[in-house]
Formats: sequence, structure tokens, C-alpha cells
Amino acid sequence: MNTMIDEVVTKELISPIKYSAKDFSSDQDVRWCPGCGDYAILASVQRVLPDLNIPKEKYVFISGIGCSSRFPYYMNTYGMHSIHGRATAIASGLKIARPDLSVWVITGDGDGLSIGGNHMIHVLRRNIDVNILLFNNQIYGLTKGQYSPTSETGKVTKSTPLGSVDMPFNPAALALGSGGSFVARTLDRDPKHMQGIIKRAAEHQGTSFIEIYQNCNVFNDGAFFQFTEKETKSDSVVFLEHGKPLVFGKESDKGIKLDGFSPVVVSLKDGQHSVDDLLIHNEKDSTLAFILANMTYHPELPRPVGIFLAQDRPKYEDEVERQIDSAISKRGRGQLEKLLNSGDTWTIQ
Amino acid sequence: MDKETRVLDEVTIRFAGDSGDGMQLTGGQFTNTSAVMGNDLSTLPDYPAEIRAPKDTTYGVSGFQIHFGATEINTPGDHCDVLVAMNAASLKVNLRSLADGGIIIVNTDGFGAKNLKLAGYAQSPLSDGSLSKYQLFQVDITKLTNLTLADMNLPQKIVDKTKNFFALGMMYWMFNRVPENTLQWIQDKFKKDPELIEANTRVMKAGWNYAETTDVFAVKYEVKPAPLTPGRYRNISGNQATALGMVAAAEKAKLPLFLGSYPITPASDILHELSNFKNFGIKTFQAEDEIAGITSAIGASFGGALALTTTSGPGVALKTEAIGLAIMTELPLVIVNVQRGGPSTGLPTKTEQADLLQAVYGRNGEAPLPVVAASTPSDCFNAVFEASRIALKYMTPVMVLTDGYIANGSEPWLIPEVDKLPDISVKFRKDPNNYLPYLRNEKTLSREWAIPGTPGLEHRIGGLEKQDKTGNINYEPENHDLMIRLRAEKVERIANDIPLAKVEGNEKGDLLVVGWGGTYGTLKTAVERKRKEGKSVSHLHLKHLNPFPKNLGEVLYNFDKILVPEINMGQLIKILREKYLIPAIGLNKIQGLPFRSMEIELKIDEVLGGKK
Ligand code: SF4
Repeated sequence: MNTMIDEVVTKELISPIKYSAKDFSSDQDVRWCPGCGDYAILASVQRVLPDLNIPKEKYVFISGIGCSSRFPYYMNTYGMHSIHGRATAIASGLKIARPDLSVWVITGDGDGLSIGGNHMIHVLRRNIDVNILLFNNQIYGLTKGQYSPTSETGKVTKSTPLGSVDMPFNPAALALGSGGSFVARTLDRDPKHMQGIIKRAAEHQGTSFIEIYQNCNVFNDGAFFQFTEKETKSDSVVFLEHGKPLVFGKESDKGIKLDGFSPVVVSLKDGQHSVDDLLIHNEKDSTLAFILANMTYHPELPRPVGIFLAQDRPKYEDEVERQIDSAISKRGRGQLEKLLNSGDTWTIQ
Repeated sequence: MDKETRVLDEVTIRFAGDSGDGMQLTGGQFTNTSAVMGNDLSTLPDYPAEIRAPKDTTYGVSGFQIHFGATEINTPGDHCDVLVAMNAASLKVNLRSLADGGIIIVNTDGFGAKNLKLAGYAQSPLSDGSLSKYQLFQVDITKLTNLTLADMNLPQKIVDKTKNFFALGMMYWMFNRVPENTLQWIQDKFKKDPELIEANTRVMKAGWNYAETTDVFAVKYEVKPAPLTPGRYRNISGNQATALGMVAAAEKAKLPLFLGSYPITPASDILHELSNFKNFGIKTFQAEDEIAGITSAIGASFGGALALTTTSGPGVALKTEAIGLAIMTELPLVIVNVQRGGPSTGLPTKTEQADLLQAVYGRNGEAPLPVVAASTPSDCFNAVFEASRIALKYMTPVMVLTDGYIANGSEPWLIPEVDKLPDISVKFRKDPNNYLPYLRNEKTLSREWAIPGTPGLEHRIGGLEKQDKTGNINYEPENHDLMIRLRAEKVERIANDIPLAKVEGNEKGDLLVVGWGGTYGTLKTAVERKRKEGKSVSHLHLKHLNPFPKNLGEVLYNFDKILVPEINMGQLIKILREKYLIPAIGLNKIQGLPFRSMEIELKIDEVLGGKK
């Protein structure tokens, strides 16, 4: 259907344009606290976009409210800094109306999982092709330090002086439980890994959900240091790679094996186990994805980082277009005159 | 036997029965036939609030009222002249709407001991003399229907389902209706099942013949065609008209239509209707909640669609923060509120006009938005078309107020000619040179619509205060003051672009009755009656409630007294008093029901005292 939209927007990329990261940075001063993990995420996104071969005007970044949600202002793309929790719903409407766009959602643990939790689960189940970057810092930064839905139980904050009593969300498991077709986790202090994941997410057809461990050095400094700092990282994190065994440890001396449905750590040095005994990651296997996601918060297991699941599933907006096309082929293109005159009509002379 | 025929100007009939008795269908058929015969008419269905209420109880009663005439008809009727009651419960519930001396036709089979008990009658009203002031006709419709179909050996369940056609047949005879329209409808409806065609046709004819040949009925009535404007008509309900109005607006704006909505009574039918029009390229999104309904629409609007969200009062409450975002981002959006009884969940299936202040004022911060109200079922078409025009031209969300009464009510609609509908298209910004997101058109103060996908116009918008022109975040005191005033001024200037207020009746006089929304037909009827009596009274019905027409003050000052009847505690009157400092008088009824013309007439008499 030809509309006014067709008169202004780019139809397809005529010749690939060479962009650099700088082309994606806007003229606005970046105003996060010095040392905030958000800087690294911004830089990574700006580095990945030039590789995606999408015209710059097709990108839209939509955010809600929170520190992370300032993100769109720093991108030289179309963007909307919307209201608390609703970025996923706004992005859904935009992508359904305009499937030609590359739509990104920037959100945080409070914005995306607390006030916006409902929209989050629904965008995931629908599988609308938007890329969701959830900056998880396990704290409310913008409102100056209350506990968040991902803060660990017992967290002492301004609003929980005696420690929080609620159990935290496990965002990856929540996304999987909502029917997410692409679910991943990455680290603000591992730009290379982060860029790889962002690229995969962008290429994924359907909703992509990336939980990014992000350090809030003002209100929750070091929350993820165990997983991001050199001394502890290799013993505390297992990187998930499709088709590869789950090996970790400073000297790659440990691995994850399945004992029934439960992952357990085994030593590769004690002569009892070899790499052949280990769990092989398969990012197409949703059952496995659940098992891996549930390793999170387990005191004896390393934290899984990487792509839990990358599955092909029909995209919501494609199905919408398909219904429209089939309605047109069955009933013909709608004609207003005919529609207004449908049903029982009569003529007064 | 030749029966007497009396000619009537207008009649109101109410069909009532148990939810399973098919009264909506019966009323709908009577309506279509009367429309085709050239009567003007107005109808109102009255559904039970429960989806499947226990059979034969008072809360399972379903009714359908049709007011038709040889003259202009503006309301579904204060009272009915004829009540068709298929069981005891339906008589009990509807008797109070029957005029004194009115006709009651009952299906006696629906008045057995069990029916009476379920309806809460200690003894049968058919025999205890309590109906003596009415003309009561008792017909055993069930038995007669059974006899009619005895040789067809149909299951009893099917036979029971045809008995409403017996009642319809009798009413067709009594009011001289041509049966062909309904006979054809039966053919079309049951074309896959010849048995049902046969059964329903037979039963309807049996009803007609019964009325014609027995001496139960001595009189039949004739209602001649009304002098309607020539042209092609169809019957339309408010929610249908809303849906069609949006399809037309999208077509005339040359934009794709996007609806984000969450089911809610009494607005869901708009979502249902639009979901059917996929071959127009319309995208309907049933969202996870009211908030996603509107925010998805805001996303679509950012992308260049004509965006719509539909709901009722509680839904507007939930959408409020997002409406503020649309105001701040200055994106076009049509918000339809089909008002129902409040507060809170209130009376979902009943009507009310109590969301006007919510529409005009109900947001945090200084957040003005244009408000348009529909006055009749078919006027919903015009209201949403006008709202779309304003939204697109002024880059603003616009609230449309309809209500449960006009949303479900229906009336004949003179189908508009597509070519005569105005072009409301706007141009998206294309030129990348010197683009600033919040530069404004000098005349309308509207900013330009630049949509993602357009090279060189990349920009960011959002809910934080904007710097004038650039749209960058800005917290400076003077800038905030300026932006507040600019947004308000933009809405105010719409007054230059809407029709002037025009009273029906004399432009000066003792009393002006001012109304808005679904009370139109009732106020018009009441004022016309009083004018015929020689009273100096006129009627003004407002379509634009924010901003008001430019001349509204002058119009009001031309009358000694102003009466403002509303189905609320006095909301329009508050705004009128505040804006024009007039001592207006209110008439307020909040029963979940529309006004009756009589109530308005009595108030007019009271306000005018003995004055002629
Ligand atoms: S408060 Fe924390 S999350 Fe927010 S900008 Fe500062 S460091 Fe970053």
C-alpha cells in the first residue's frame, strides 16, 4: 500500500555506505558519571553498527527512564527517550508499523524488569524483531540508590536499611520463560565479547534480549567484579560457545558436566574427567538454555555468559504483513467507497 | 374480518426477553425493515451485564428499543408504547419504561410458576390486575411455534430458537411492515441449512397470520415514511461509525492506520471492527495492557502512521502518563474514550459523561490537548475524522469522547461521498537542510513530522523538557516557561480552525440549553417541543470542547439564562463558568441512563418559570 511514508524513507541500500563509530555519536555531551559502565556499552554499540550494513537513518533507539535510558541522546540516529518502563511497548508499535527499521531498546533492571516487566515478557513472547539491551547494574542509579529487582537478597540500600527480603530476578531465565528466541548475557568490561554478542543480536530475526552486567560505580560499585576482573573472572565465569564444551578456569582446568539435569563442576586435572565428559553447548536447544540460565546465582557454579538461546521462530511483524497480504488477495485491496456502502443500505429518493 | 388501521406519527417498541430469546436480532430486523420503509429511527440495545446469566432471571434480561416515525427522530424514545415480553423477568425489568396505556404483548409460556418465581413475582401479573392500566395481549407463542413446526420433527432446541420470529411476525402485521426484507435475510443467513430457512420463514408467517386472523388484535397501525434527505443510507452504531471514520481518515491522510488497544467495555467493538479491515493495510495490535495500547500507538506515530488507541474511562486513567509523552513529543495520536459509568470499574455497560474533566485537565503538569465529542451514533464518524485532521495538522494527541449510549445505539446514516471528504494529508519533512525538530509553523505552531528512515533527519525526542527549536534536553527556567506557553498556544490556536458555535433556534432569548456528546437527540427533542409551545429557548451542542469555538462567549451572552444538562455532576458547566463567568444552571442525572426528553422539558419549564 503506497502511503506518504514511501515518499520520504530510504527503500533499500543502493550502495553500501562506509560508516565509522564516530558517525553514530551525536553532538550531545555524555553525562553519565565518570567511570560508569554505560560508556563501554555505548562505545561497543557505536563500533558494531557500521558493520551491519544498514543505512544510518534506519536505526531507531528507544529507551525508558533511568541512567541507561539517556543512551539515545548520545546516538546520532533516530531515537526516543520515553517514559518509565514503556520502551519495549513503544518499540513494538514502531516495528509493527515500520518493519523496515532497525529498532533497539535500551533499558535497565528497574525500567525493563520492574515497572516495564509486563511489556518485556510480551515483546519476548511475540518475537517482534527488536534488539533489547538490558543494562543490569542491580541498583536504581538515577533515583540515587534503592535496591532493584535484580539486587541480591539482603541488599542494604536507602530503601532497605535492614537489607532487602525479596529474591532477585534472573533476567536470562525470565526472558527464556517468556518465550524469548534470542537470550544472551555479556559484560561491560569485556568489550570484545560484548561486541560479538551485540552483532549476533542485531542479525537475529526476532526479539533479541541481552543482559549486560554493568557496573554502577557510584551506587553499587563492584557488583560484578568477581565476573569481570582478571583475578577472579576465569574461575567465576563460563563462556557459552555454540558446539563447544563448557570449560573454564585459569588454566582451562575445569568444566561443566550434566549430572541428570543438574550441571556440576568437574576437574579436568584429577584424572577422573576429560573434555569428552563435558556438556556441549547448543544454542538451538531451549531445554539446555533453561538449565544453563539456572546456573545463575548458584553458589557453586560459575556464572554463564554468552548466548543461551538463538532460535528461529516466526516474527510477529511478518505474520501481521502476511495476514494483510492474504486479506488483500482474498478480498481485494480495500476500497473506502465500498466499505462505507456495505451492509444493508437503502435509498431515499 | 377487516381490522381498523390507525395512522401514527411515531412509535417506540421495546422487545424484551431472556438473553437466549434472540431479542437483539428481532429488534435489528424490525429496525432494518423500518429503515428500508423510509422511517427515521433511533435504537438502543440493552444487554445484560452478565455474559451468561441464569435463564429467566431478571439479570439475564436482554432488551432492544426502537423509536421510529414519519417525522425526524432524535432519540430511542423516553418511554415505549409497545412492550413485547417473552418471559416474566423481562416484563418485570421493562415495565417501568412502558407508557401509561401502552401495549404489552406477552408470551404466556414464559409466565409459568418457575418463571414467576425466578422473576420474583409472588403471583402472576397477568391475572392479578396489576397491569390494568395497560392493554395486555396474551399469546402462547411457544405453543403456537411448536404447532407450526410440528411436522418438521426438529429438535426442540431449534424450535425454541425460532419463536422470536413469531413475535416479529405479529409486530410486522401490527405495524404494517413489509416482511420481504427479513424473509430475504433468513434466506441469506441460513443458506447452508434449508431446514432452518423453512422453519424461521414458517414461524414468522405464522405470527403474521395469527395476528391477522384471530381476534386478539383489533387494530393495526401505520407509520408513514419520514421526509429524509435523499441519498443512500445504512444503519450504523457509534462504534461502527468510529471504526469507519478512522479508515476514512487514514485514506484521506494517505497514511497507514495503526490501532493499539486493549479490550474494554464498551469500546472493544471498535477493535473488532478495525481488525476486519486488514485488506486496507490496517494494523490492529491487541496489546498486553492499556499502557501498551497507547505506547505502541505512539511508537507507530513516531514511525509515520496515523495512530489510534481506543478505550473507556479506566483505560484513559492508565494511559494518562503516555498521553503526556505524546503532548511533549508533539506526535499526532487519536485517543477514543467510549465513556461508561465510573468511578473505578463503575458501571461498565452503562452510559455516563463523567470523563470530560479527565479529558480536558486530567494529566500531570500543564498538558493541554484538543477534545472533540460525538453527539450521535453516526456523528462518531465525523468526530474521529475531525480529531485525525487536528492531530495531523497540529502534531498533537486529540481525545475523542463518545459514550456507551451512542456507541451501542444506532441510527440511519446518510452515507458520505468519499470524494467530498476533505483531504487531510500532511507532508513529512524531507529536506535535511536546517532541520530542527522543534521549529514551528508560524501559523499553527505545529512542529514538523520527520520520520525514521528519512536520510539526514536523525533526531531524538522524548519526555524531558525540550529546548525551543532544537528539541535538546533543557532545564532552563525561561525555556520551560516558553515551552509551556507554546504548547498551550498551539492548542488554543485550533479555535481559528474549527466552525463557529451555532445555536439551533433563535440566537437571542430567555434560555439557551447547552450540551455536549450523546445528549444531543434528547436536548434537541425537548427544546423543539418547548419552542412549539412558544417558549424562548434555543439549543447549542458543542462538538469541540477544547478549545471552544471562538464565538462561544458571545453566543452565551445573548441569552438570559443558560441551562447545562449533563450525565455527570456538572463538568462542562464548570468549564463554562470558569471561562465565561456565567451563572449557568445545571441539570445532572447520574444513573447510568440517558436523559429522557421529559426531564429536560420539566427543567426548562422550571427555569423559565411562568414565562412564555
Ligand atoms: S549512577 Fe551509576 S549507573 Fe547511573 S550514571 Fe552514575 S555510575 Fe552510571
